[in-house]
Amino acid sequence: MIVRFFHQMGSPRYFYGVAGKLIPWFMVSFLITLVLGLYYGLFVAPPDYQQGESYRIMYIHVPAAWMSMFIYVVMAVSGLISLVWRIKMTEVVVISSATVGASFTFLALATGSLWGKPMWGSWWVWDARLTSELLLLFLYLGIIALHSAIEDKRVAARAVSILALVGVVNIPIIHYSVEWWNTLHQPASITKFGKPSMDMSMLVPLLTMAISFKLYYGAVVLMRARAEIVERERNARWVQELVQEEAK
Amino acid sequence: MSTLSLTSAFTLLLKRDMTLAYRRRSELVNPLLFFVLVTAMFPLGIGNDPKLIEAVGPGVIWVAALLAALLSLDAMFRSDFEDGSLEQFMLSAHPVSILVLAKILAHWLVTGLPLFIAAPLLAVLLNIPGDAIPTLMLTLILGTPVLSLIGSVGVALTVGLRRGGVILSLLVLPLYVPVLIFATDAVKTAIVGIPTTAQLSILSAMLVGSLVLAPLATAASLRISLS
Repeated sequence: MIVRFFHQMGSPRYFYGVAGKLIPWFMVSFLITLVLGLYYGLFVAPPDYQQGESYRIMYIHVPAAWMSMFIYVVMAVSGLISLVWRIKMTEVVVISSATVGASFTFLALATGSLWGKPMWGSWWVWDARLTSELLLLFLYLGIIALHSAIEDKRVAARAVSILALVGVVNIPIIHYSVEWWNTLHQPASITKFGKPSMDMSMLVPLLTMAISFKLYYGAVVLMRARAEIVERERNARWVQELVQEEAK
Repeated sequence: MSTLSLTSAFTLLLKRDMTLAYRRRSELVNPLLFFVLVTAMFPLGIGNDPKLIEAVGPGVIWVAALLAALLSLDAMFRSDFEDGSLEQFMLSAHPVSILVLAKILAHWLVTGLPLFIAAPLLAVLLNIPGDAIPTLMLTLILGTPVLSLIGSVGVALTVGLRRGGVILSLLVLPLYVPVLIFATDAVKTAIVGIPTTAQLSILSAMLVGSLVLAPLATAASLRISLS
């Protein structure tokens, strides 16, 4: 049963069909959670007693930062699977995730810097988290650049899988070294959302937004994967038939 | 097929690469010259205040070493890739990761070691006090092999590309950050006169870790690049 499931999911044609059916579900649930999360986050949740209203950017910033790391781990895991078992569909997932991951990383950096201007008085500080997030963005950009530079997309996918794995080994080292560097070079006066306990009225919208972003990622990665599959299999018969059907 | 032991294959490859490097002596000097030039540009850019130069000195030397290593990386597999000998290594009966290690070692002896030898001179130019120079040398001898090892993965991934240079720096520089942080911090700590065992231990750990893992990743990447 499970073997059959994996076997079917490994087939581009089957994956294409299933992904096409799943995308609307992901999209609808993404929109519902997005509206709910934004409404409760921006209107219902109380203002912060220190930061006032400007803390509300957290409802975009924090989930985006979580996604930036989550997507990298997804990429590394699917990279490992595609290197070990040579499953085409996980290769496609690695590639399709890279751009989404880079966008979330950029979003986290941009919202963080927008928040930093009123709070810290400058757009950018060499804070440990900002710096490691910036380096994460570079890692994503490296993956995208390498993929676009290699002509043969199957070779590119495997090269990128190795790079994602090398990156995932290094991310903790980079993160801790940056944190260590930061504590040495900067006074520890800056603590972002330093209070570990968060009121439920703020936490619930935050988690809703986190789920919403995950659903968005699911929808987008499936869309991109479908496009990638059609491009890779453009000479296969089922794709030709699909195109002819669309044309009618 | 004659049987060649792994050790002799390793030494043969190392000797071959060293001979090749020796025959192209002018290329050998390039990374070193680059290292010295970049370092000399900094005081011209930031002004000749001795205190300022001393403060940025360790960072400047290490960033210059990073760039020099990056500049020379591309040559690691390039000529072997172009004349096809890289494919022969892949076909050999010996584990590719060990053969790759020989090439990395040769690369480091040619490009990393000269930086280590030139470093005291640059340290003097940048007002780094004499007491801190041994620490600087130690960080270089521990850190530059890591640069070659991590870099080899990037080179292996980009060796088949026509315009690999820019991508290579994008792939490799973020991975160099930990070395840069701990090495410069060790030197700065030594200038103040505080023991630097912690930083040096971490650098050694990075060296050992990359020595074990990087050749494997490089071998796998080469297989992909040549497929």
